[in-house]
Order: sequence, then structure tokens, then C-alpha cells
Amino acid sequence: MVAIQLINEIGGIFRNTPTFALVLESFLLVTVVWLLLHKRGGGRRRFTKEQEDYLIEKYEPEVLVPDTDPEHPLLHNHVVQSVAGKHIKVDGHECLNLGSHNYLGFLEDEEIIDEACKSLRKYGVGSCGPRGFYGTMDVHLDLEDRLAKFMGLEEAIVYSYGFSTVASAIPAYAKRGDLIFVDEAVNFAIQKGLDASRSTIVFYKHNNVKDLERLLTEQEARDKKNPKKALKTRRFLVAEGIYMNTGEICPLPELVALRNKYKLRIFLDESISFGTLGKGGRGVTEHFNISRDEIDLISSGMEGSMATIGGFCVGSHFIAEHQRLSGLGYIFSASLPPMLTQAAISALDRFERNPQIFEQLQTKSKLLHQQFSKFTKLRLSGNELSPVKHLFLAQSSDKFDTEQKLLAEVSNKCIARGVAVVQAAYLQNRERKPVRPSLRIAINRHLDEADIATAFEIIESVSSAVL
Amino acid sequence: MGNLDTDAGVTFEQSYATTNGNGIGNGKLPNGQSNASNSNFLLDNTIVDEQQREALVQILNQRKFSAPAYTEIRTRRSAAKAAAQAMKFKNANASNYHPAKNLQINGQVHALKEKPDFKPSQVEGKLSPEKEHYAKTSFEEVPLHTACLTYLGFYLLMILGYINQLLFVPKVASEKGREGYVTLYDAFESFYSRYVYRRIKDCWNRPICSVPGDELTLKDRVTDDYGWSFKFTGTQTRCLNLGSYNYLGFAAATGRCADESEDRARTAGLAYCSSRCELGNTEQHEELEKLTARYFGVEDAIVFGMGFATNALNLPSLLGPNCLVVSDEKNHASIILGLRLSGATIKVFKHNSMKDLERVLREGVCYGNPKKGGLPWSKIMIIVEGIFSMEGSIVRLPEVIALKKKYKAYLYLDEAHSVGAMGSNGRGIADYFKVDPKEVDILMGTFTKSFGSAGGYLAGSKKLIDFLRTNSHAHCYAGSISPPVVQQIVTSMKTIMGEDGTETGRNKIMQLARNTRYFRKRLAQIGVITYGHEDSPVVPMLVYLFSKIGAVVRTLTTRHIAVVGAGFPATPIMEGRIRFCLSAAHTKEQLDYALEVIDEISDDLGLKYSRKPRDPNPIEY
Repeated sequence: MVAIQLINEIGGIFRNTPTFALVLESFLLVTVVWLLLHKRGGGRRRFTKEQEDYLIEKYEPEVLVPDTDPEHPLLHNHVVQSVAGKHIKVDGHECLNLGSHNYLGFLEDEEIIDEACKSLRKYGVGSCGPRGFYGTMDVHLDLEDRLAKFMGLEEAIVYSYGFSTVASAIPAYAKRGDLIFVDEAVNFAIQKGLDASRSTIVFYKHNNVKDLERLLTEQEARDKKNPKKALKTRRFLVAEGIYMNTGEICPLPELVALRNKYKLRIFLDESISFGTLGKGGRGVTEHFNISRDEIDLISSGMEGSMATIGGFCVGSHFIAEHQRLSGLGYIFSASLPPMLTQAAISALDRFERNPQIFEQLQTKSKLLHQQFSKFTKLRLSGNELSPVKHLFLAQSSDKFDTEQKLLAEVSNKCIARGVAVVQAAYLQNRERKPVRPSLRIAINRHLDEADIATAFEIIESVSSAVL
Repeated sequence: MGNLDTDAGVTFEQSYATTNGNGIGNGKLPNGQSNASNSNFLLDNTIVDEQQREALVQILNQRKFSAPAYTEIRTRRSAAKAAAQAMKFKNANASNYHPAKNLQINGQVHALKEKPDFKPSQVEGKLSPEKEHYAKTSFEEVPLHTACLTYLGFYLLMILGYINQLLFVPKVASEKGREGYVTLYDAFESFYSRYVYRRIKDCWNRPICSVPGDELTLKDRVTDDYGWSFKFTGTQTRCLNLGSYNYLGFAAATGRCADESEDRARTAGLAYCSSRCELGNTEQHEELEKLTARYFGVEDAIVFGMGFATNALNLPSLLGPNCLVVSDEKNHASIILGLRLSGATIKVFKHNSMKDLERVLREGVCYGNPKKGGLPWSKIMIIVEGIFSMEGSIVRLPEVIALKKKYKAYLYLDEAHSVGAMGSNGRGIADYFKVDPKEVDILMGTFTKSFGSAGGYLAGSKKLIDFLRTNSHAHCYAGSISPPVVQQIVTSMKTIMGEDGTETGRNKIMQLARNTRYFRKRLAQIGVITYGHEDSPVVPMLVYLFSKIGAVVRTLTTRHIAVVGAGFPATPIMEGRIRFCLSAAHTKEQLDYALEVIDEISDDLGLKYSRKPRDPNPIEY
């Protein structure tokens, strides 16, 4: 009976109070309860000062770095003792150079060095500041202008380090929540750019357009379920013109078709293909005769065909200009030393003056491709037009370590006999997934038939003996 | 505060000069000098006639400025002061220094007039090291009304920007052929760069066409569409350089460094087109690494082609997901990027506050990794910079080392700005505090600044460097450093060490230390607020208001002084600043000239915010 009375009484209170007061009071009540609970046990357990001191006493961190095996191959690099031209002196041996990415042979060009030295006499060596703070010299602006004109695009922007170019360009556009479709064989610099962007990364099989399309249709299905999110998700497609790790050319026409269909933005890294592919050296777009407006951003290192240091991105004004405020490697780094900038301008001069050099290089690439396909114990991979090719072991072993050791032996013996071929250096434990060891061949325009024949013989006899 | 009217951004745009294609001022110059004398000035390098030169000097002394592409921000007081100034200007510059009059060759190094000696600070040795550091560091709270006005000014700019965006169709490139795509840029980001940053865009990315030495030559440019685009006038302005990181004055196109670099370029080429692990490793690179190790007195070192990449590409090799990084809030973007790539947990402590550092460390050690239920961190690393580039402050290294030992953390010291510039032997912060460099686990720095070259290094124990040689991204994948660039580092480093058999290195270090103290003390006397330690060659002068950054940079350019401004987002909204970077290449005359001008414009633009008592006595150089 008492209970019913009590309930009635409470019910009366509820009926007689205005709603706003009820809401207010219940809110207050909740706040009080929350405050009480929060103070008591909501936070983490705290230690007393003595306990803390004891914990500090007992804390034993890991060592800063683990011990390194003194026999680790990366600790014992070859020592180059001359200019890395067509011939190179490595570890005391005069060699034919099949290892430096000096495709057009500009490293030995006296004129370029002369012009660079003149620039040194005008500007000194370093630029002593980032681009924003008096590190912009007129040569930088010149180079950007010339690059944009050469590529027939609106704007170019120059970075001071090849690796940082694409690694800064990707996170300038792609942010958390965006989608990036990437070929699984992309080089390490791109992988780092992808990491920095914190976007969702989708890898498709190397140069496999069908696989990419499958992933895109899967994504389309997901988008239909969540159209609100799809409206805010930017989509990118990142590929290389010629893959550093495989030597293959990307199937650009198919990629461009997919770009139109699925509204992707294409970023191309042309570090190898710029200055090597196409009639005028304008890269993979010229090779496939595709309008460069179809590509959103082209980036390239200048450490290949241009034979200097640094890199650049080129695209429409709308896209490329953005990096001047968002490309981390552009804003926060000192600008490229003016003399090396001048060397890039001089290289561009050569590009424009003698466009036949590209054809020469492509002929040599084909020639070498034919010859090098004949190895008995090694298997050549890469496109025949590509100046970068890989030699894998014909008989694959189940462990990369053993392959690596065998290839190192081949490389060392070849150097001793006068052909400089080196293993492609990878940090196997830091790559997205381990890359199969190989000898990376880089072709120089100045190689002739006889050189290629000698190189073939030496590599063939060494590899037959070792493997 | 009497010149608030100068703070609205619109004023600047209106006062911005337009010039015709010949680079001749359009008569907007204040005292109506004829265009003829203007073009005379432009030819200043070609003038041989002594008489003509005399006339030119006269003009320069009479007129406050002569750069055709830049006109001065007019303030209410400046008209009244003009007459008095002409007199003052003459008197103050007894030595008659003026950047535009100096017809010297690019990058010529000034001979030292007398052997400088080091004058210790007044507080030296009288206080405990901790208090001494505090006493030497200048910092002043912002006056309340300035703080309010700064916010107000910033919001005013934003509101004006929004109105502008609403009323006028923005004259920007739009994307073609990408209809139906998700917009590429964040709306606020593009608004900010178009309507706020654009107003003072001309203060950055200024092209130069000379050595960035004690003086530099600006390539004049003008905008006739309020900053959307720039045009070159074809003229040049010679400026005193207070903006480049040329601390020891090794940026030069003549002299030993340049000669040896040129020789090296001719014998070894400009690059190797390969990474250090393939065919880009030479004896010269190995020599540089050994020299660097010897320079710092540690076991080994490794060098890279870019300073930014040294941080961004090596921190990920050293840290993993179960690592705690205790990082100063003012650390450089390259460190932040490196940490982001590493996946480590980052805890930030208040700038240079040892108390806060200890709190964060204690928390870290005692409570472990919360993501793993309080399991202890596998490593704890403290990351600090030697000299903080935006603050000009110096890390309190001895205390950091004490804390690091107490909490068994590792210490990563970024000496991008301090290497060469600090310490009696130029070996950076450890040398300055007379601390054993081996106490610091990882020494990092760049060759861009004091050495006048490019690249970066990491130095430490042999074990650490061996690990990096087998794990560093930049070492394995990126191109090796260019031979002439290496040569510049080797030569300048040997000069600093005195291994070239001269006293040049030592003198440069002394000169820089002297310049720094003199310049900072004189600035304090003028009454502007500066931040940072009295021995730090990076001197930020606080101007607070966003618009004043532009005003100061432009006005100083009209007086032939090149400085760097920094505002939001590089600094907090409240703390717009002008940054001076001193160099051993500067002479007393040059600094006096700069200080005189700064004093003058601080009155005009209201920069004398400091409420500290000023030293009435003249400052000894």
C-alpha cells in the first residue's frame, strides 16, 4: 500500500512540473553522477610517487638499434673511382658501365660541366635557404619554365632531391579517407609517399589492367551502398612510366580509359621514362601518343637521363601550383644548388637540340635486349625499349638470401673482369613485400654493338661458372 | 597603437607600385624624383664615371628608397618625419654603408678589421646554469590589447576575404576536363591561400640572382592584379641579406671553397646517377663521413643528399610502432613527417620546458603503451632541435641529457641551424654547452646552412651508423651527393676545424658570436620584442599582426634590406614575426645600417611593443 502511495506521489511530481524543468533537472542529475564517477574510478589507475620511482628504476628499454652483421652486403659497397660515364673505374677495375642510370651519357658532357661551373661562379655552391626564403634563384624559375614548355604543360615545380619529389607530391593531394589505386610493383619512394598520405591504398597486380578494373568495380559496389561517403572520397591512380623494379612500361592507354570511366586522377612517376621514351624524350605519354592533359600530374627525378640531382613535377597550373604551399619536400627543404639546376637546364637544351639521342638510346636498348635474352643461366625481364632491365636467376631458389649471394658473386666477378653490373639494392625488410633479387642493367646511349657483345660474353661466362 | 590604420591589408595593395615594362617608376615615389635619376640607379653596375657616382650617392642619401618595384608603406607619421630623417640618416651612417652603393663583386668576403675577441654576457658564471639559460633567453608576453587587435585584424582579413570571394568571381585557374570529379582541394585551404595569403604573397619566394652572401640581388617583380600573378620589371635591387641561413658566410662564388668545388666538378662530374649502395659510393663520400665523425668527436657518420630527407627518411628506420617519441612542440616539419612515417606514438611537450618534458617522460615510463594495455614502451626517444628555427631559442641540452639518463630514453638532436653556428669550435650545441657529444645518441644536422652547401648527416656510435647503412631509405634508394657539393662541405668543414692552416674558421665563428650579441642587444634597446637565446644567430622579431609582416618586409626592401617574415600557419595566429638570420659575413657597418632602419620603421609601424626597461648605454660591439 505504501509502495503504491509512493508511486502515486512521484507520479504527481512528474505531472505537476513543467517539462523544461524536468529536462533541466535530469540533465543536472546526470552531470553530477558523471562528475562523481569520473573523479573516482573513470580515469586510469594512478601510482604513488614511490611506485613511480620504482617503475622508473626497473624500466629497461630495448637497445636503440640491434647489432648489424659486419658481413652485411650493404656495408660493403663498391667504390667508384672515376666519372660514371660509359666506362667507370670500380674497386680498381676499369669497367664497361652497365650500372649507372646515365642513360643519355650526359655525365661526361664537358659542355654541361662548363655551364654548371659558370653558374657556380655566379651563385656559389649552396642556396642557403628554402625556396620561400631567398632560396629561389633565377635559374630555378628558368628551369621550371623550360620544363613546363618542354612538356607542353602549364607549370613545373622543382624539388631538390629525386626521392622526395614523388614522396612529397602524393601526400600534397591525397589525404586521410581518400582512395589510391597503385600498381604493386611501384618503387620505394612512391611507397613512402603513400604511407605519408594516410589514405586507403589498394594494390593491383603489376601491369594487370583487368585486376585494376575488378578492384574498381568492387569499389563502385561499395560506393552505391554509401553514396554520401563516395561523394567526398577522392580517387587516385598511381603508376610508373617505366617501373624501376621491373623495367616494364605501364599500359597507359588502358589506364587512361579507366580514369575516364571511374573518375580517377592519374599520377605518373616518370623517373626512368622521362628523357628516354618517345620521339622527343617526353616520356610514356609521347610513347603512346596520349595527350598529357589526360594525366593529372607527372613527376620525375632528374637523377636519370638528365644526369644531375633533384626532381620535378609538371602538370596544369591548377594542380602543380598547389605543391608550392603543400609539398613538404618543396617548402621545408633548401632549394637545389644552382649549379645542378643549371646542369638540368643544359640537359634540356640537349633534349631540344638533338632529339635523335632518344632514338639512339632506344635502338641500343633493343639491341641489348636481343643479346641479353640469350643468357643460359639468367633470365632477362623488362620492356625492350626500356633503358632499365633486370636479370633474374633462371632457376629460382626458394630463398631470396641464396639468390642474393649468388648474384653478388656474379656481380663482383663481372666487375673484376671489366663489366660493371650491380645488384639492385633493396631494403627487403622495409619494402611492402620482399622484391626478388636481380642484377639491374642501365643502358648508356654511347654503348655500341661491340660493347654489348663483350658484356654479354663476360656475364655469360661468369654466370655459367658461378651458377 | 596610433597606426592601426596601416593594418588593414587593403592599404598595402593600393600602395603597391606598378611599373611599366622598362622598369622605371611611374612617379608614385614620394618626393617626385625624376625618372631619369631612377634609371641611373638601375644602371648602377655599369657606372664608371666618378662624378655620376657621386651624384648617385647623393640621391641615395637624400631619398629614403630607390627600388623602383617597391614603394614604401606610408604612415601618418612618416611625412612629418621625412625631413628629420634625411638628416638622421646621414649622421647615423658615418661609415656611409648602403647596400645599393656597394659595387663589390658577388660574395666577396670582408676582411676582418681587427681580431675579434669574445665578450661574455653579464650573467655568465653568476647564476646556476639553469637560471643563466633563462636569463639569457628573451621572451615577453604579448600585451593584451595587441593580442586582441591581432585576432581582430586576422578575423577582419578573413571576413574581407569571404566578402571578396562572394562578390567577385575568383580569377584562378580552374580544373579542365575533370567534370564530375570529387573536388581536389579542401575549401578552407584554397580560401586561405587565395584571400589571406595572397595579400602578402609577394613577401615570399622572391627570386634572387646572386650569391646569397652578406648581400644579395633581388630580381624585382611587380603585380598589377593584387598578387594573383607577378611580372618581372627587368630591374634588380641590391639588398643587405638578413634572410639566408649563411651563418658562417661560406656562401661565396669566389675563394677556396668555390675553387675546389669547381675542380671537383671537372674531375668527378656532377652526379653519379646511382645510389650509394649501387654505383654511387666514392672515396670522397667516405672521406666526408670520416671527416664529419671527426668533426663531432664521435665514432662514425653517414651523409645524405638532402637535409629534409635526413629526418624524414631515417626516423622511420629507427622507430617502430611500440616506440614513444617525446617531441618538442616547435620541432621542424621534417621531423614530424619522419615520425608520421615511422608509426611511433608521439607525445608533445611544451617548447623548451624541462618540467613538461619530465612530466611526459614520467607518464611514459610509468604507464606504458595504453594501446597495449600499459605494456612498457620498447624505446622512448626525445627529439629536440639545437636552435629552433622559428623561435631562435636554444635547447637546454645539459638538462635534457640528465632527464634522458634518468628515464633511460634516447636523444635525437637536430642541429640543422646550430651546427657551425654554435660553440667556440663551431661544433654545435654540445660544443656550446661543453657536453660530451657521445652523450647524445643521435646527432643530426644539415650542410645547407653553415657549410653553404646541401645535404645532411647523422652521426653517432659505429653500431648506430652501421645499422643505418643497412636500413636507411635515403642511403639505399636515393641518389648519392653530387661531387662539387661534397667538396664544398669538406673544404668548409676543414676551414672551420682549422685544418687548412689558417685562422679563418675561428675568426668566422667569433665574428658570428659577436654579431649575434650585438644585434640582439641593440634590438632590445630599440624596444622591439625578440625571442630566443642571446647567442642564437636566428633572431625572430615579433610583429604579431598578420598584416604587419607584409608591411615590415616591404618597407625593409625599399630600404635595401632583405628579411624573412613568418605568419600563420607557420607560427600561431598571434605571433607573426620577422626573422633575421645573422652571418659571419656581416660587418658592424652593415648591422648598424640595418638597426638604424629597423629603429626608424618600428616607430612608423608601431613595433616597439616591449615594456622591459631599456639599456640607456651605447652597446659595445
